[in-house]
Amino acid sequence: MIAIEFILAGMLAAATPFLLAALGELVAERSGVLNLGVEGMMALGAAIAFITVYTGGGHVPAFIAGGICAMILSLFFAFATIGLHANQVATGLAVGILGLGLSAYFGKPFESFTVTGIDKIAIPGLAELPLVGGLFYQDIVVWLSLLFTVALWYVLTKTKLGLLLKAVGENPHAAESIGYPVRLIRVGAVAFGGFMAGVAGAYASTVYTPLWADGMIAGRGWIAVALVVFGTWMVGRVFLGALLFGAVSLGGIAVQTVGLAIPSQLLTSLPYIVTIVVLGVISSNRRLLRLNGIASLGEPYEK
Amino acid sequence: MTTFALPKLVRREKASLPILVAAPFVALLAAALSNLVLYAAIGVDPFAVFYAMLIEPFTSYFSFSEVLLKAGPLLLIAQGLAIGFRAKVFNIGAEGQFVLGAIFASAIPVYYPMASGAWLWPSMLILGTLGGLLWASITAFWRVRLNANEILVSLMLSFVALQLLNYLLLGPWKDPAGFNFPQSVMFPFDALLPTLLPGTRVNISLLIALAVAVAAWFFTQRSFAGYRLEVGGLAPNAARYAGFSQNGAIWISLLIGGAAAGLAGAAEVSGPVGQLQRSISTGYGYAAIIVAYLGGLHPIGIVFSAFLMATLYIGGDNAMVSAGLPIAAVNVFQGSLLLAYLVAITFVRRRLVWPQKATTEMVAQP
Repeated sequence: MIAIEFILAGMLAAATPFLLAALGELVAERSGVLNLGVEGMMALGAAIAFITVYTGGGHVPAFIAGGICAMILSLFFAFATIGLHANQVATGLAVGILGLGLSAYFGKPFESFTVTGIDKIAIPGLAELPLVGGLFYQDIVVWLSLLFTVALWYVLTKTKLGLLLKAVGENPHAAESIGYPVRLIRVGAVAFGGFMAGVAGAYASTVYTPLWADGMIAGRGWIAVALVVFGTWMVGRVFLGALLFGAVSLGGIAVQTVGLAIPSQLLTSLPYIVTIVVLGVISSNRRLLRLNGIASLGEPYEK
Repeated sequence: MTTFALPKLVRREKASLPILVAAPFVALLAAALSNLVLYAAIGVDPFAVFYAMLIEPFTSYFSFSEVLLKAGPLLLIAQGLAIGFRAKVFNIGAEGQFVLGAIFASAIPVYYPMASGAWLWPSMLILGTLGGLLWASITAFWRVRLNANEILVSLMLSFVALQLLNYLLLGPWKDPAGFNFPQSVMFPFDALLPTLLPGTRVNISLLIALAVAVAAWFFTQRSFAGYRLEVGGLAPNAARYAGFSQNGAIWISLLIGGAAAGLAGAAEVSGPVGQLQRSISTGYGYAAIIVAYLGGLHPIGIVFSAFLMATLYIGGDNAMVSAGLPIAAVNVFQGSLLLAYLVAITFVRRRLVWPQKATTEMVAQP
């Protein structure tokens, strides 16, 4: 019971870095661009945000600074892949390595330092409920992320901008022929993805676990990329996937509180193993991927 | 009309060989210049860094031998990865395959710490190769049978491999006489690779790596199997039409990559390290991706890029000691080098046409 209560209370916060990064990547991929540099962009955002908070800048500027630095990194990617048709997979890896390197480079003097997180806000009435009460006692970023998820779902499915993004991803030549600037839209989508990855990293390093340690993103950026596939490029499913991974990443701690003797390394590996298994299950449904996949994903757009 | 127009990219009729050859050097220069700014930003003397990174490794026999030592695993892993990359199979989990190679190889001395005989190190290398191959085969199975993206699966498996290593070193494989340090027993003498250059740590794994480079050259440039693999990557439809199996290409690419990385991992524990430790995973598997690309995915190019990357590693260590540079600067340099290279090689097949020239050329065309 305590374990379930613990997971329910913590899963939203644990899911937030996955959610924000995955939604950013979802937008980029919907425009037809596969940016595999999410891990590096998150790490850079995390480092810059941590340094900002530690040096007295406050949380709001920290999130903005982290987002912008990661966005600048994503613009290097956009320049190479959209501007010059460089290989998206390799360039994403390069940007990822660069981001991880930069985060360690700038974060070095701050290794193992801590900052104070932000206060949680309770929803009156609901937060006092037994068992599920913890769900309604979260920090402001979690609440805003939920709102953001709904807003993004609305924009992508109900507005002209969402349709436009889809057109660019499905058939860039057709989109261009009816007058839409395909490359510009793709650059915008990639930049948005970069900003969100940076914000996700900022949340991880200044709110969720408010300390800096090199390598603290620990594959969460890669899991976010996998989440986009799990969610078959749909906001709602990506949200559910992020919740699952939030719960899985807490599962290890929960199991230890119950007192089961499972090696901690197995519990640490759990999110990665779950990723591998779920990826296999979802991907083996080829029809599902074909129906929802982005037709021009990863292909350079040449006139 | 707008007064400001961006230059257009136009496909070349023939790929430009000079640009292909020049690209790594241009990228090296661009990465070096951009990193200068970063060094200056944290108050490190950039010239001291350059001396330490690019000159100092060649100033003594010992430091040059350390470059050769580092080049071995990078060369091995990158040769394996490049074969996959050419076939558009992106195995980026070489780090995990390397770790599994190290673990498998270590099994013999861990369980038979008193073993001796000339068979010892060769069988460790074989077992390590097998370990990397098996770990990569999970990715291949997931890709071929379950249609799962090999990039994500192979990378996730690297995270798992690292935890497996931690588990073994903190648990069943921990040296009972090792003061609780997370490391295995020291290997017996016969488990260690023979030294190649007297007085240094360079061992015969460098020769093995060079032999693998020659084998990779034959495979990619001279064999029908290599040709089939490459066609599958460049023109999947044509390959299918010709009856070349795509699944076969995925299996071969991943198994070769895994075997090479596993061999490198085995050579690391039975070479310079001499025991299984957590620190054997130093990112060779990721650096080898850069080595493979920087060498133009060509077996001979990779020999050069492996030595360049090894120089950067040793130089980075030097710069940390003598110029106070954070060790992460090496990763930053590697990332920017790969990025600059990928930008540079886009001009092998394309060229920029400035707007005015574009109009005259279009008129001139029949």
